[in-house]
Amino acid sequence: MRFTKDHEWVRLEGDVAVVGITQYAADQLGDVVFVETPEVGKIVSPGDSFAVVESVKAASDVYAPVAGEVVEANTDLGSAPETVNSDPTGAGWFCKIKVADKAQVEALMDQASYDAFLATL
Amino acid sequence: MTDQTLKTTPLNAAHRALGARMVPFAGYDMPVQYEGVLAEHRWTREHAGLFDVSHMGQAKITGADAETQFERFVCGDYQGLKAGKQRYSLLLNDKGGILDDLMAGKPDHDGLFVVVNAACKDADFARIEAGLQGDAKLTRLEDRALLAIQGPEAAEVMAAHEPVLAEMGFMDTARLKLFGEDCYVSRSGYTGEDGYEISIPAAAAERVWNTLLEDARVKPIGLGARDSLRLEAGLPLYGHDADEGTTPVEAALTFALSKRRREAADFPGAERILKQHAEGADRVRVGLHVKEGAPAREGAEIADEDGNLIGQITSGGPSPTLGKNIAMGYVPADKAALGTALQVIVRGRALPAEVVAMPFVQQRYYRKPAA
Repeated sequence: MRFTKDHEWVRLEGDVAVVGITQYAADQLGDVVFVETPEVGKIVSPGDSFAVVESVKAASDVYAPVAGEVVEANTDLGSAPETVNSDPTGAGWFCKIKVADKAQVEALMDQASYDAFLATL
Repeated sequence: MTDQTLKTTPLNAAHRALGARMVPFAGYDMPVQYEGVLAEHRWTREHAGLFDVSHMGQAKITGADAETQFERFVCGDYQGLKAGKQRYSLLLNDKGGILDDLMAGKPDHDGLFVVVNAACKDADFARIEAGLQGDAKLTRLEDRALLAIQGPEAAEVMAAHEPVLAEMGFMDTARLKLFGEDCYVSRSGYTGEDGYEISIPAAAAERVWNTLLEDARVKPIGLGARDSLRLEAGLPLYGHDADEGTTPVEAALTFALSKRRREAADFPGAERILKQHAEGADRVRVGLHVKEGAPAREGAEIADEDGNLIGQITSGGPSPTLGKNIAMGYVPADKAALGTALQVIVRGRALPAEVVAMPFVQQRYYRKPAA
């Protein structure tokens, strides 16, 4: 699993990247009450705001970690947004992106680098 | 704003000891949540929530003419207010715009005890001080903390410390010894629940806070849940749902225009406000149920059924109690009737909404049975 400084995680399955937000991000947001996942077919670039996660207090953007095409969104989050809190790196995934360049995933932080990054916050 | 410039309440160390997440609010370092906004919101609706609201401004206005003098700034009847009662009112500018909303009462026989919003307190008190005439005098009570305990179990919790508190009704206020300290207490709050606000000397605040938290029915509640609770109760948040550009009629706060003051037409902006009161305002604050999709928050546009933009949301979010999205906003008077179908625009998407009655969640203030 790889990570961004905006606290998204990416897990490669073949040439498809599963994307979600990290435990740290979920804890910072608090109780998630609404998730807006990207539409299937959407073409995204790294850093594009492509999803929104809402707590009681505020809406926060989620950024595309890599370039590619959204091929699937986790529609279960519509009725169970709290899954983002209870299982952010598992059932709380946001969407799947068919990646243009796998090297973009490799270039992101690994677990050790992300942990070191969190320690600086 | 950097941490260095933030002010702190007498309970800052207590919040940190409880693991609160702290945020800047109105120039203060304040707890936004402890355990989590949803859990704290629900705890307050079911048990008793303890809030630190010491950032708010407290003052006494004294002098032989205190009530008459104070009335020159607000639209409430304070000459006619009985001892032991408090009243919600609005500080108005000469155009009838709302400078702040406040509580003022008569807890003792020494003028008025006033509580105003944190972000407005310096301006409010400076305005009143500069305008008071005769021997009327405003004294800021800077050495006092303010606690709120709110929820259906708040009365039982407090009665265990001082039985006389159980005999107070909604909006009753008293000055009494509580926890061995000289306190101003009112049976009021800003959550829609029964409860009390307690002004206590700053030096005793942490001891009293910790004593109250020893009761298993009481948990500390942050500003996050305070906001969602007051939203459900239909209560406006000054600076968002009402401001200098809105009048009491537009803000749907006409109950704050005391009858005697309306008849005398002697408050700031009376001419404009009374005209609106008689004829209706062009636009008015309404409650909205956003029927599907994302919560509509402050700044979201409101459109009519044909998509014409007609107003803006001033605060909104999910209602934990109702399990649906609610909001307040301003719309033209002809779109303000209950049941009117509207739309709100969230991130470019039009979501169906309906004008509904406020409060969204029934208020549960304690009204004393008639004697």
